[in-house]
Amino acid sequence: MPSRGRPPRRRDDAFTALEDFVDLKLGHSNKDGIEVVDVEGEIDVYTAPRLRELLIELVNKKNYQLVVNMEKVEFLDSTGLGVLVGGLKRVRAHDGSLDLVCTQERILKIFRITGLTKVFGIYESVDQAIAARKAEK
Amino acid sequence: MATVEVTFPPLPAHVRTARLVATAVARRSGMDESLLDEVRLAVGEACSRAVEAHRRHCPSRPIRVALCDDGERFEVVVTDAAPADADVEPGTGDSASAESPAGRNGTASGAAAVAAPGGGAPLQLPAGVGLAVITGLADDVRISPAPDGTSVAMSWKRRSAIA
Repeated sequence: MPSRGRPPRRRDDAFTALEDFVDLKLGHSNKDGIEVVDVEGEIDVYTAPRLRELLIELVNKKNYQLVVNMEKVEFLDSTGLGVLVGGLKRVRAHDGSLDLVCTQERILKIFRITGLTKVFGIYESVDQAIAARKAEK
Repeated sequence: MATVEVTFPPLPAHVRTARLVATAVARRSGMDESLLDEVRLAVGEACSRAVEAHRRHCPSRPIRVALCDDGERFEVVVTDAAPADADVEPGTGDSASAESPAGRNGTASGAAAVAAPGGGAPLQLPAGVGLAVITGLADDVRISPAPDGTSVAMSWKRRSAIA
């Protein structure tokens, strides 16, 4: 009887990514009084509304110090940037902050192109972001 | 003649599909690996913009993506069928669907994309950020009227052609 398992896949097949589809995973936890949002996957016109909803929910629950960990983000477009800027706008209305953790050049590039490196605090680790925020207090 | 043509209905979920196809075709065409991320992001931006325009004005009509490799350049043309006054930017503000008169003549500038550096209000991405990103990524960008809408053509020189 033939195997019903998937045939071996070549890593150079770009469509492998379609089958391994993880569009966007979101999580959050509190660390030293700062809400850390963990984002994994792709932030684009399809998935960005979910991140927007989470940020709004956190702000509505009076979390005004946010760190968005983007180390597992595979793709970010201008729609995602808009959501992050919107989140920053909301927390700043409460004298809060929204910092980013990102070391991936492919993601950092879009921040540079748009000039948003001047708007967001961008750190290499969550601990570094939290320490920097604490130091400002 | 296009190497590959794709048409897809104006659904946000299909923007990812278009990105993957563009990246796959670029890779098969022998594009330098360092340019694949640029192709992926630029095509995503162009398709997102087209999807938003179609969803507002002609949701039953498909969006067309043509990918062409002439040996020296890799070109992607995203063509929409939305009316000329329907140019939009896909949700770059705090609302889900910020509408904007984004640069139809290809004058978007990456340097002008952020209105409030340094943290002052207002903090909202201005119109045309998607096009500005495309302009910042591709070697050449042309935005021109198509028979029923607009076409965004972006191309990259091969690395060997640059050297």
